[in-house]
Amino acid sequence: MQSFSEIDTTSKRASKAAGFSWGVAEEIGKSIRSLELFGLPGVINLNLYLKKIKKNHPKKLSRIDKENKPNDNELCPIYSGVAFLDQCRQLETLQSIKFYNVSYPLLMLPFISKASEILGKKILTQYNNISFLLNFDQSIFSTNVDKRVNPLANEINIEFLENKNSFSEKDWKELYKLSEETFVEESESLKSKGAGAGLTDND
Amino acid sequence: MKLSRLGSFHQSKLSFLRSFIREFKDWNYKRNIFDLDKNGYGTAVYSLEKNQKIYSLVCFAQHINPEERSDRVIATKWDAAFVLHDGIPTKEDIDRLRDNVPRQEIGRVSYKELTLSRANKSVRAFDHVVDSLSLGKQPDINLLSKVGYLYRTTAVYGSGKFGLADRFRIKDRKEINGPFRLEMMLVYLVRQFTFDQVNHIAKSKNSKKAIMLDENIARNLGIGNSTGLGMAPFIINHPTLLHNWIYCREKALKEIRSIEEVNTEDFKFFKDCFVKSKSCIDTWLTDSQYQIDKINSLKTDISKFTQHLEKDCSVKIKYLWNKIYVWAEENLGGECIEYIVSMMMEPYDKIINPLINDMSSEEEKYFHIPGHRKVSELKIILENNYKSIIDIDFKEKNNTTNFWFISKNKEEPRVANRYEEHGSELEQPLAIARDTKQLYEKVLKAKQSDTVAEFLLNNDDVRHVVRRAFIVDQFPYSEIQDNTIGASLVPIDMLRLKLSFFGAVKFDPKSDKWLRINMYQGAPLPHEMKHSNDTWVYNTLN
Repeated sequence: MQSFSEIDTTSKRASKAAGFSWGVAEEIGKSIRSLELFGLPGVINLNLYLKKIKKNHPKKLSRIDKENKPNDNELCPIYSGVAFLDQCRQLETLQSIKFYNVSYPLLMLPFISKASEILGKKILTQYNNISFLLNFDQSIFSTNVDKRVNPLANEINIEFLENKNSFSEKDWKELYKLSEETFVEESESLKSKGAGAGLTDND
Repeated sequence: MKLSRLGSFHQSKLSFLRSFIREFKDWNYKRNIFDLDKNGYGTAVYSLEKNQKIYSLVCFAQHINPEERSDRVIATKWDAAFVLHDGIPTKEDIDRLRDNVPRQEIGRVSYKELTLSRANKSVRAFDHVVDSLSLGKQPDINLLSKVGYLYRTTAVYGSGKFGLADRFRIKDRKEINGPFRLEMMLVYLVRQFTFDQVNHIAKSKNSKKAIMLDENIARNLGIGNSTGLGMAPFIINHPTLLHNWIYCREKALKEIRSIEEVNTEDFKFFKDCFVKSKSCIDTWLTDSQYQIDKINSLKTDISKFTQHLEKDCSVKIKYLWNKIYVWAEENLGGECIEYIVSMMMEPYDKIINPLINDMSSEEEKYFHIPGHRKVSELKIILENNYKSIIDIDFKEKNNTTNFWFISKNKEEPRVANRYEEHGSELEQPLAIARDTKQLYEKVLKAKQSDTVAEFLLNNDDVRHVVRRAFIVDQFPYSEIQDNTIGASLVPIDMLRLKLSFFGAVKFDPKSDKWLRINMYQGAPLPHEMKHSNDTWVYNTLN
């Protein structure tokens, strides 16, 4: 199983390789880690999204309004999420905000979740008939969110889940391969200067 | 916070090796499994236990050919590999670990494992000790004091690497609240394995004549380490942690300098440590001219200070420590000032011990950029906290000579000349001074009443340094006030800063990019921990 630290680092590097700045890539690393910690499929979504934009980097938002529509096809969930988070204190006064045509919307969720913590307010987010209640970045409660009280549960099932990845080996390898594009092949002269170099180690 | 000064730091009472021993001295030590063949190859398990909490070191020793023995991070085989397991490993755990731990970076471990390492024998010391013991003689102390250890580690990994437990799983445990506790624990237990292994091989070689390694000799052997650039970016990538380390040191110094009446006992303790420590400097050997010059300057300054101490210092003087510090700043070089600062902490458990738990950091808490703040505020933060950096001219080629990158071969950080090597377009975000200057120039042109969020909509290329600026505003020691890509960069200064906080001694640079060190030399053996004193670091073999 990949650790959350590995997920953070690889997501950051892959995002940089896909054309995001280092500062935004740092946000992405933390956000994918957060999704995976909440049990949501961050790695799969990021991998698919980065593949989609690799050759055609999305446009950045120039501002956030009550209603946000893309100038071209789709809004980038990362740029939308980062801008939302940065501006959350001002946006709070709008009460509700809409984003249209957002690619891989799950990727926007951790930024809204973080905003919930900063504002100290729960935030309800809905798309494609799925609801997410974001609780101060402490938990994400999803689907069938309503305000009714259930006086009786006919059955409560509790299952302990093994520590395992939410993504396949193939998903991970693809994301990892992209992250490798931030690496540099060392020249022979550089190799000869690294730790342990230039000595017999049988001393 | 200039690199040259940070690169003059010494171990101190705040160092993690020493705080580890203090924290774990009343834990129960046990050798659970010792299943080695006559050549010393096989499996061993050691544990530390208290109140039903157990940490176990699992060791795998194997045969390697001399040509396979390399301290390079690109090595693929080692004399021994180690992992620290959370709890007591089952047989299934040990089998799983045996398949993975000796392979290190290409193996996988699980969330049940905490730290991972490997080490090679110092062949000249190891073979000499085995041969001597098997013939019924103790080894040559002169040879051992030159080497200082039987094994040399080449990496100690933690915090989620290669599948290891993420820090959040264990961060609330009181006993590991100090920084790098589990890395320190691993190295400490590895040291005991090296002694057990030499005793075992000597006995197997000649069961009638062999004797055990004298504990006085063993105690004064540590564990070596070859350290390269992998460690350098750490102090840039963990700004609040760096702040906490330096802040605790500064806080301790401030409290000590504020003591009006210095107790006679405390002053005597300081002088005793100072005298004992001088013999450690005499055993600090290196071929590096850079380090030889530093050691020579330290020795000269120590002589000056010794005279000053004898002639001019007495507990009758009010604020004696402050007087000593001010005198040192006026009369001595950085290497010796830092040395005296370390020594001044020795008598003061009451000041130092409470600081240890403040040396970790919940870094995630400070990751968020306060987008509602104004550009004008950001400008003031930059001007207040990066004065010397803003003055650097990055159009000057000498100020941008180097770039940091991740090596494709081993996924380790490296530094290279941007005008001679390829790959600078893949530069890592470690040129903080240059990028901060760029941010400052953009901020000067931006509308000052804009929010930082609005500024970032069009300037996300400097987002990483905007984050740092807001961190440095809260944590003044979080930033190295130096250019990490300039032609005059000495990367080992960055290594030494971190290693001194670890508690490493005998810095022995092999180039400007890597060095060897020694850890736990003089430390109590596990069965002696309960009754050990904290000044073990000043013990020497001679």
